Amino acid sequence: MSLSPSDDIALSEIGPAGPRPQAVGRELVGRSPGQLAWTRLRRDRTAMISGTVLAVLFIVAVAAPLIERLYGVGPQQQFQDALDSYGMPLGYSGGITGAHWFGLEPGLGRDIFIRMVYGLRTSLFVAVVAAVVTTLIGVAAGVLAGYLGGWIDAVIGWVTDFALAMPFLIVALAFVPTVALRFYGQREAEPALFRVAVIIVVFAIFGWTSAARLVRGQIVSLREREFVEAAQASGVGLAHMLFRQLLPNIWAPILVSFSLAVPSYVTNEAVLSFLGVGVVDPTPDFGAMIFRSINYLQTDPAYVFFPGVTIFVLVLAFNLFGDSLRDALDPKSSR
Amino acid sequence: MTLQERPLDRDAPGGTPVRQREPGPVAEPLLTVEGLTRHFPVRDRLGPRSIVRAVDGVDFDVRPGETLGLVGESGCGKTTTGRMIVRLLEPTAGRIRFDGRDITHTRGRALRPLRRELQIIFQDPYSSLNPRHTIGKIVGIPLQVNGVRPEGGIKRRVQELLEVVGLNPEHYNRYPHEFSGGQRQRVGIARALALRPRLIVADEPVSALDVSIQAQVVNLLRQLQRELGLAFLFIAHDLAVVRHFSHRVAVMYLGRIVEIGARDDIYRRPRHPYTRALLSAVPDVDRPGGATGRIRLAGDPASPADPPSGCRFRTRCWKARDICATEEPTLSPREGGTQLTACHFPETEPPQ
Amino acid sequence: MLRFLIRRVLSAVLVLFAVSVLSFLMFFALPRDPVTAMCPKNCNPARLERVRQELGLSDPLYQQYVGYMKGIFVGRDLNSALGGHCDAPCLGYSYVNSEPVTRTITRVLPVTLSIVIPAAVLWLALGVGLGMISALRRGTVLDRLAIGFSLTGASLQLYFVGAVLLLVFSYTLHVVPVPHYTSIFHNPFDWADGLVLPWLTLAFLFAAIYARLSRAQMLETLSEDFVRTARAKGLAKSTVYGRHALRAAITPIVTIAGMDVGAALGGTVVTETTFGLQGLGRTVWDAVREGDLPTLMATVLIAAVFVVVANILVDVLYAFIDPRVRLR
Repeated sequence: MSLSPSDDIALSEIGPAGPRPQAVGRELVGRSPGQLAWTRLRRDRTAMISGTVLAVLFIVAVAAPLIERLYGVGPQQQFQDALDSYGMPLGYSGGITGAHWFGLEPGLGRDIFIRMVYGLRTSLFVAVVAAVVTTLIGVAAGVLAGYLGGWIDAVIGWVTDFALAMPFLIVALAFVPTVALRFYGQREAEPALFRVAVIIVVFAIFGWTSAARLVRGQIVSLREREFVEAAQASGVGLAHMLFRQLLPNIWAPILVSFSLAVPSYVTNEAVLSFLGVGVVDPTPDFGAMIFRSINYLQTDPAYVFFPGVTIFVLVLAFNLFGDSLRDALDPKSSR
Repeated sequence: MTLQERPLDRDAPGGTPVRQREPGPVAEPLLTVEGLTRHFPVRDRLGPRSIVRAVDGVDFDVRPGETLGLVGESGCGKTTTGRMIVRLLEPTAGRIRFDGRDITHTRGRALRPLRRELQIIFQDPYSSLNPRHTIGKIVGIPLQVNGVRPEGGIKRRVQELLEVVGLNPEHYNRYPHEFSGGQRQRVGIARALALRPRLIVADEPVSALDVSIQAQVVNLLRQLQRELGLAFLFIAHDLAVVRHFSHRVAVMYLGRIVEIGARDDIYRRPRHPYTRALLSAVPDVDRPGGATGRIRLAGDPASPADPPSGCRFRTRCWKARDICATEEPTLSPREGGTQLTACHFPETEPPQ
Repeated sequence: MLRFLIRRVLSAVLVLFAVSVLSFLMFFALPRDPVTAMCPKNCNPARLERVRQELGLSDPLYQQYVGYMKGIFVGRDLNSALGGHCDAPCLGYSYVNSEPVTRTITRVLPVTLSIVIPAAVLWLALGVGLGMISALRRGTVLDRLAIGFSLTGASLQLYFVGAVLLLVFSYTLHVVPVPHYTSIFHNPFDWADGLVLPWLTLAFLFAAIYARLSRAQMLETLSEDFVRTARAKGLAKSTVYGRHALRAAITPIVTIAGMDVGAALGGTVVTETTFGLQGLGRTVWDAVREGDLPTLMATVLIAAVFVVVANILVDVLYAFIDPRVRLR
């Protein structure tokens, strides 16, 4: 009986145009599931396009002050002389000129382009931070609930139900200004960062539940697998079990959940601003812009289009990328 | 290695089986199991809670360097027994003794040294290895977690182990999905060997493999037993495979052992009707041109939640009489045989 | 089954209790003085003090809470200035609107219901239908169009779409009147006419999401072995897909739909603000801006009730569709 393994080697993936690896001398490196997924992602055209769009938008957001310097116009500058006596921007389509690429705001005469660049910055910052925080909390809760079960699971489940029962929008509407008032009173100016922090906190309180549910479900099905028992039989501790055995197996759904959470927070932040409890004017923001534009729908329809289309493109790119990410990580998923 | 004659087990007066030890090179059993029991309470909708008696009073022992085969159909409790022995499950009752020490309820810190002596091989090669770890890491984790520092380092040791089980040590950095089922089982075996245990519970290690690969893996286990002096509790439902690798065999039915004895005794002279029925279903290569008369069992297998009174097998046994329903047969030597059988009317004639 | 139901209802009651306590604390226990908030801008200190007395705000918090809850279930006595006895369900008195909150609610609730329920019917029919069909016709032009539609819809913002539709159909083309509310009992045609834009907006956006969801679910179900077996057995396509596959695919959608409808009922703020309709959501918004705490508290509770009841209904429905749930 031969004990040589060459009889039943079954390499499921042979590298692109690579020769059979030499067995002697060189150390063979296998392709981890993560590397395989990355390769699949690179081949997906939609992913590459949407990914590029997102990268560009991120760069724009981060480089906002630089862009302001190059562009020459600030977000708070008012160009009253470019407005007519009714406050409407002169010129074509809301005041588009070489100096003001997207035109001017009616009423205050601020430049729309640079305000949108800064608005992008706010949106992405809030959305990414909120997504990170909620994913972290959600994963922690889900892992504990899923693996330890028992009363921990029951408690976390109940808290999840509770968080879902609270009407998010209404509570946010009530909570945000109340908290702001408590710290800053009626007359004091509230720093933008504080408001941003409050918004993120509200998102965190409500948003962790979906990640927690997802992770819990994954862990529950995972803990029946024999490698978990094998790890127990080897004598691993709880921390090792959670972080080294279980978590590496669920990073894929977590990543997908994160990538789809970001656009939802972009939307939610814009909704809050639309309703007046988001970032305070004069800080630029998409939602606030669109809210203002509704009053000018008939007189200056261009005003509504710029922020509306931009936010649409942003969210669409995230959704497309998230979908492609999911496909790359789990090729069996239905598409 | 020649098979030692098994010491004769005699009934002590009073009915409780007591093992008499014959002096000899094969001394104390490594693992002794007495009255091992595991019940699972089942929460029913509205009705009373029922209890699944997965394992209901099991006795056996395993000597150093020998293999005890544990066979039975699905649901008879053999996997549960195996899990209890390596302490992945808590016994509801009974006792487990390893190397003289009572380990029935050991847990936590005290369990650590035990892990180095008792290990387990799992059935499913596709789910028993963490898909995110390289096989080097998989085999190395027991060493890492138990603070073992072999000379030359963990990596060197892992590569030695890979070689021992017949894998290319250069594949240290490969992932499980790059291997076939048989190879993955070898990885599982290497992992079980890492801490140099003295007894390995092999829970259906070849059931999920192609028949041609099964032989390879079983031969590997035999070789390892020879070279390392390992004892095995070999759990399986395939009698042909068990025959190849066990010194002694125990047959389980519905949570109880119905027959236990030396391999040849069980296979050549099965006395319990259930054992007979099981063996009659094994295709016999030695007899071309027709299998021996296949015994078909009538009736449905009883449920472990509600086992029949008296002898549990009586609902499917063609020899059942009144006494079988009222009095549970004990596992003891019966007239005309050297193995222990739990039956009021054991078979006396060898099968055709 | 009954046991399951009882357990769910108990858990729901507990949740509602927690919601009521939390919102009570949030509104009445924050350092900001609730009275100043409740009383419109031009209150002098004497009036403030009297209001405080009338509302029993000098009482310990838990007593106030009990009084409030008692009011909801059996009614309670308010000061005569506030209208004397307040029948159950008593939700307090709003200084801002100068009327009992209950009356405000009864006025605005039908608006929200009229917006959400027909829209929900539309979006479920359209979304789930589209999703299922595109799953069955995977890869065809219809499928691609459906995917495009759902991605677009899922990425659009409600107020943006609403604004654009308003601009196009109402202000420019004059096809539909400016959105307004008339009771269905007064004039059904005007009711529909006034609400068609919000319906279409909501339907479009949510249908997109549900199309995506049900397509994915259906595809997953269709790839399961039992579908192949059913086809191999010779069952007609319509039976296999319509009865077996649909049933399996629809269960998660039911859960999400229930949650969404429940949430929508409590949160149509954006729709109502965009279209200028005075429903529950808009009332909440006004209450926030004007610091009308009793109204705010009441609306939070009602919204929570919607969500919780929707969840229970969904669970019951789920138990009917999926027998495994019953056996737990």
